Order: sequence, then structure tokens, then C-alpha cells
Amino acid sequence: MPFRFARIPGVDGKVLVTSEVGEFEFLDETDFRAFEAGTLSPATDAYADLQGKHFLVEGDPSTTLRMVAAKYRTRKSFLKGGPALHVFVVTLRCDHSCRYCQVSRQTADQARFDMSTETVAAAIDLMFQTPSPSLTVEFQGGEPLLAFPRIRQIVEAIEERNRVKGRAITFSMTSTLHQADGEVLEFLRRHDFQLSTSLDGPETLHDANRPQPGRESHRRTVEGIGRVRAVLGERSLSALTTLTRESLKHPEAIVDEYVRLGFPSIFLRPLSPFGFAAKAAQRIGYGMEEFLPFYERALAYILELNRKGVAIQEAYTGFLLSHILTPFPTGYVDLRSPTGAGLGARVYNYDGGVYASDEGRMLAEMGDHSLRLGTVHDSHADLMQSEGMQLLLATGVAEALPGCSDCAFLPYCGADPVFNLAREGDPVGHRPTNAHCTKHTGLFRILFRYLAEADPHVMRTFTSWVTQRPVQRLPDAEAA
Amino acid sequence: MLPLHTRAVISGDLSRPLLKVLDLAEALRGDVPHEQVAVQLDDGIDVDTGVLRDLGFAAVMRPGATDIRPDDALPVICGLSNTDVVNPGDVIRVRHDSGQLSVLYRRGANANSLFLTEQCNSRCLMCSQPPRDEDDLWRVSELLELIPLIDRDLPQLGFTGGEPTLLGPLLPELIRACKAALPRTGLHILTNGRNFAEPVLADSVHEAAGCTTWAIPLYADVPSRHDHVVQAAGAFDATVNGIYNLAERGHAIEIRFVVHAQTLPRMQRFAEFIWRNMPFVSHVAFMGLEPMGFAKVNRDLLWVDPVDYGPALAEAAWHLQDRGITTSIYNVPLCVLPEAAWPLARQSISDWKNIYDPACEGCSMRPRCCGFFASHGPAWRSRGIKAFRFDEAAE
Repeated sequence: MPFRFARIPGVDGKVLVTSEVGEFEFLDETDFRAFEAGTLSPATDAYADLQGKHFLVEGDPSTTLRMVAAKYRTRKSFLKGGPALHVFVVTLRCDHSCRYCQVSRQTADQARFDMSTETVAAAIDLMFQTPSPSLTVEFQGGEPLLAFPRIRQIVEAIEERNRVKGRAITFSMTSTLHQADGEVLEFLRRHDFQLSTSLDGPETLHDANRPQPGRESHRRTVEGIGRVRAVLGERSLSALTTLTRESLKHPEAIVDEYVRLGFPSIFLRPLSPFGFAAKAAQRIGYGMEEFLPFYERALAYILELNRKGVAIQEAYTGFLLSHILTPFPTGYVDLRSPTGAGLGARVYNYDGGVYASDEGRMLAEMGDHSLRLGTVHDSHADLMQSEGMQLLLATGVAEALPGCSDCAFLPYCGADPVFNLAREGDPVGHRPTNAHCTKHTGLFRILFRYLAEADPHVMRTFTSWVTQRPVQRLPDAEAA
Repeated sequence: MLPLHTRAVISGDLSRPLLKVLDLAEALRGDVPHEQVAVQLDDGIDVDTGVLRDLGFAAVMRPGATDIRPDDALPVICGLSNTDVVNPGDVIRVRHDSGQLSVLYRRGANANSLFLTEQCNSRCLMCSQPPRDEDDLWRVSELLELIPLIDRDLPQLGFTGGEPTLLGPLLPELIRACKAALPRTGLHILTNGRNFAEPVLADSVHEAAGCTTWAIPLYADVPSRHDHVVQAAGAFDATVNGIYNLAERGHAIEIRFVVHAQTLPRMQRFAEFIWRNMPFVSHVAFMGLEPMGFAKVNRDLLWVDPVDYGPALAEAAWHLQDRGITTSIYNVPLCVLPEAAWPLARQSISDWKNIYDPACEGCSMRPRCCGFFASHGPAWRSRGIKAFRFDEAAE
């Protein structure tokens, strides 16, 4: 059967082989050479191991192919149903002026930067035209809570429509939480919102990254976190860390801040190359080769905390490990092949424009409109056949991209034409200098090194991240 | 350990060999047609059997009495060699000629199974119930008579054999009979699944979906090892296709893995194989050997002291349980399992198989332990057998 392979730095004498459907195996160099040459003896364990994972087939392959097909279908099942994540950019207005921000505007001019009633109605129509049985409605901005009445209107209209439509709907919002007062929180609780906020680390770092009149962003965010938890419960809120050049110096302090505030998860996100962030790149930006050592240090620290009994996970690692260690896809739309842009997600902009992803509309703010699929007045079918979608489908399948098609990490990775457009002005991108590729091959090398080491505590922690449940097995008890 | 058979003295002509034994009060409630009821009259209860005859009852049962009474107006079953074998609620088969009395259904037992056929298309090295190639279709007719006599509040009924799919269209007929007579009872059907590789056969049991768990053994992640264990070429492929065909048709699947020297080398890989290829299964059961049938003959091919495979078993079982697939360990006493595996160990060997070793005397874990198979002997005794003192168990 077809396979891909890689040698992992720090894993000596072993070769990683991966299959089209995400099975993997570490082979001894000699076994690997024999396997590759077709001379591996059927009497060896390596032969049986490879056969059990469907790297090799004996005789009639039909049963093996049936299992492989089932695994492939399962792995790509995110394609069924079309876009499930629908992002409503209710306003571009914001009270922050973050150095890395993509698109927000500091203005009081509501009419110009808020979503109109007419746009709202058409966008909801459009969302219900997608066949997905479960829908996530995400509110973005700007600071979406500056347009709270609009959010209320959208939520109520969607719930009204859904009495007939019967979809499983989840509401979510990305917000600084500063405007989340009693009335807002009560509304969010009633509609079971999942909230996401930005917390860049300890106060000094956060306030340096996220300037705001009065320089009290950190304090107000922490207060908001407390209010949200009191009303909506602990599990309704997660936080994202945007990493600036300054952040890279403080992995432990950033993780500690999340532990201190009681978060079970931290999402370490490198700066994205969009919007103002691109212009400010020289001051706050950095290359992926600078991000990777930071990540490696942060992950080691997180694993050390888990070993001591502090349960905290890194969310992106969780997604990557789910791709590696389970047969299932995740709900995460930003690392898929075919790309999640337009296929898994869709963005309704405040001005009525429809984009394939959040980054697609940011790209438009930078002057590149290639991922504007159309407007809220188009039909679902029109949008799916738009030039933008054709561009994404032609360039968003990693299996068919130069450099990706024979990468061992392909089954766990994804295509990101939007990112490539922003960075390189081309949706395919040039793999040897491509930041998306540098980042992900780097991350996969780190993770596969851990998997090759197979330290019982680390494996236990990883398993709990991909199953989202505490792992009960106690390796130390077994040794006793 | 309560046997399923005993001898009895039988007088008069029984029109049917299958009888539901009920005490007088329950018999008179009329839930079971009188002509299929043997009314149990314990010592000291004096009833005019003429009245019972007029009410249409089939027989009277006096387990302890040594002989019939002169005034008995009904066939009488009495003089049981072992009076504990039969109790009210049970369904019995009485052989007039030999005086053999067999319990086919036992009220309140921890497991009740219907034995469908002795025929099988596999020859597993460790088979506890070696198959016989003789026409035993009479069993199906008897079972069709038995099923309506089973208590309607029975939570679960097993089908066992032999290989039930060899019955062809009679298997769906038995399933239909259970659904009609026992609408609230779940079915647990042991099969090697090979015949379900034929989509037509998988279609034929569609009525079982929703009320049935198909318990299918798979002994490795690779065909050669599984085929060797079941002594049938092509069995692995057929079983995998059978599992997929059933799952695609909405059936619930349990995977069974018997741990012994021939399966142990692939056990860890097997767990990951299930997770990757069949994460839809509802239950995985790891089982210790039953020292019966072919297992006895093949003892030297199969035996591994459970103490030696305990840690590996815990690892494989938790691998699946941690991933959200309900997993159980059966037939391995707690004292030979690492404590890490205890939460997954189930107590339920069938009542009639469950015994304890003299060494178990005074063991404080006995109420939670599966004990041993009745047929075990010194060759099957783990060196890890021991009694837990109360303070150890409390830890």
C-alpha cells in the first residue's frame, strides 16, 4: 500500500512511516529498507505490525481496502454537510487598538461599520441553505459586544427559524468581555454561548500587546472572565494567546497565568500575517523558526505541570494529536484538507460580503478580494460555485500540492491557501520558504519525537487531550 | 454452583415435555397458559389436584416428596435427586423415559442463554463447547416452545452455540419469536460473524437491530493469527466483513478476545486495531480461558499464567476504555490481575460455572471476584491465587 516516511530529529535509528489514512509506525532502519525493497520477512514482528496497520496486504486486498476506505471516510467526514461554522461579523468597531490586529476600527460611526438589519436577514437565510445538521454560529468583530442589540436580534431570529429547521445550533463569540454586563451575561447564559476571549499572558505583556485607553485591558479581561464564569459556568469560556515577539521570551510566565486563572486549556497562536499585523510585522513579528523553540519550551513546561498533577492542555497540540492518535476529524476548521475555508466555514461580513474564512475577509481589508465569494443576497449554490471557491478547491487539497503530496505529515496536516495568499501572494505557496509548512513540520517533528519516546506520563496526558476525558489508567500503579 | 440437570420420578402422561414451574399463587394469576404449567406444591401445602386438573394445569411438582399420592389427579413430578435445581419461575424439560429433568430457563440467574445448535464452521483451539456435525434442528422447535415461557421482565437473553447463523432462516425466526414474546428483553447473540460477510444474510436479521448485541470474537489485528486460532482459512476477512455489514445496518457489536498464548502476542496491537478500524463497537470483552472442551486438549499450546499477562491485559483494556469504548475483563480472578485492571473486571461468570478455590476461603474480595471455572484443575491454576485480607482489600 502507498506510504510516506520521515526521519525525525532526535529519534535515532528509526524511520516514521505514515499511511494515507493516518496510521503510523516507527520502523528500524533495517526493517524500513527491507519493507521498502519488498523483502521484509513475513516471520518478523515488523511485518505483522505493518500488516495490522494496513501498510501491507497479503492476497486478496478487498477486506483491507474496505477497512482503509472506512478509515478514509471517517477521517474526511467533516466534508459531509458543507459549512458548519458560520461567522457573523456584526461590527468592525472596537475599543482596543491592538498592535497585531487585523481589521478593527476605533470609531463611533455605527451606521458605517455595523451589520444592517437587511444583511442579517439575508445571512440567516443563507446559513439555513447549507445542509449541515449541526451549525455553529460565531460572532466576531471588531468587538461584537459593541453591537449587542444586533447579536440579540440574530440569535432570536435564528432560534425562531430553527423551530422548523431543527438543526443542532451552538452559539459562540470571541470578545474581550469588557462590555459583558449583567444583562448581556444573562442573555448569553440563556442561549448557552461558548465564549472565547483574548488573554496574552501576565498583565505587563497583555497590556503591552493590547493597548487601550487607561492601559487596563488585562484587569478588565480578568474581571470579565470572573463574571462569565459566575453566570455561565466554568466550561463556557476559553482563551486564546496571541504571541508577539516579546511573548516568545516568556513561555512559562504565559502558561502560569493561564493556570493561575484556572483555565484547563491554553491556545498558543503565532501572529497571523493579516491586516495591521502584516504592517507591524517588523516590530512585533518573527519567523516560524523563532516560534518553534518557544512552542517546544512551552509544551515541555505544560507536560511537566501535568506530570505534577496540574491538568492544563495546549489546544493546538490537542488538534494535531487528535489527527495523529484518533481515527476521527476534529471540529477545527483551520487545519484540514480539503481546506476548511468555504467548505467548513463561511463568514458574513458587516457590509454584506460573504467570505470563505475570517482570514479571507481580512485579506480583503488588505486589498485582495479573491476570497470574497459573493454577497448575502447570492444563493448557497452560487457561493459554492464562485470563483473564490474554485480557487480554494484548486489549491486547498494538500494531497495535490507540491511538497505536501509526499510529506509524511500530510494525513495530519491541512492546506491553507488563504494564509499562502496573504504571505506569498499565491494560494499554493512555495513549500521550502512557506511559514505554514515550517510551522507544521516543526510541530509534527516535536510531537512525533514525544510519541517515539512514549513516556507513560506524556502518553497519558496526550491521550486525555485527544479523548477530552481524564485518563484513569495509572502507569505507576501498574509498575507497583 | 447449581447444576442444570437432576433426576426425578414422573408419574402420568405429560402431553408436553416443556413446563413452566410456578407456585400456586402465580399459576393462578394466569400469565402463562395453564396447559404449560407445572404447579409447585411444597411440603405442607394441601391442594385438591382434581381442581388443578379441572383448571387445565399440566402437572404438579412436589420436589421433595418421594412418591405420588393415591388421590393425585394430574401427572406428578417428584423425588428430585437435587431439590435445589428447580425453583418456581423456571422452565424445565422432563424426559419421561429417563427421568431426566433439565432446567432450560432459570428465573433470577445472572445469565440465561438459549443453546441454538452444536454445529459450527470454526474449530477454535480453545473452544469450550466443541461442535458436533449432527442434525440438531429439533433444538429450534424446542426453543420456539420455550421462548413464550420465559419471564417477560428478563433484561437480557443470550443465544449461544455452535454457530447460530448456520440455522439460516431459522435464526431470524427465533429473533422474531423473542421480539414477540419478550419485547423488553435485549438479545445477546454469540456468533463468529463469518456468514454475515454475505450481505443477504446480514439483511435477514434486520429485526434484531435495536434490541440485539452481536458478540463476535476477533483474536488478532492480522488474518494469519486469527485464522490459526479459529482453525479456518479466510475467517478473519469474513468476520471483519460480517462486522462491517452488521454495523452498516445499524446493529450493535461486541468484540470478544480470549487471552491465551496464541493471542497474547498481538493483544496490544489488537486494541489499537479496534480503535482505528471499529471505533463504533459498543463493547470489547477480554476473557480468560475456559478450561473446557478443546482448551483441555490444547492446554500446552494455550496456557499462560494470568499473573504473567495481567499487566499487558490491563494496558490493552485501558487503551480502549480510555478512548470511550466500554471494555470489560471476564474470567480472570482479581488476585491475579494488577489492581489497575480491577475497575474493568466483571464478576459474572455464569452461576453454574462459578466456584472458588480452597485458597479463596476468607478472601475479602470474594463478593467482587469472578472466581474460577468449575472445570479448573491444577494444570490451570495460577500461581498468583491468594486470599486478600480485609485490610488489603480496603486499600
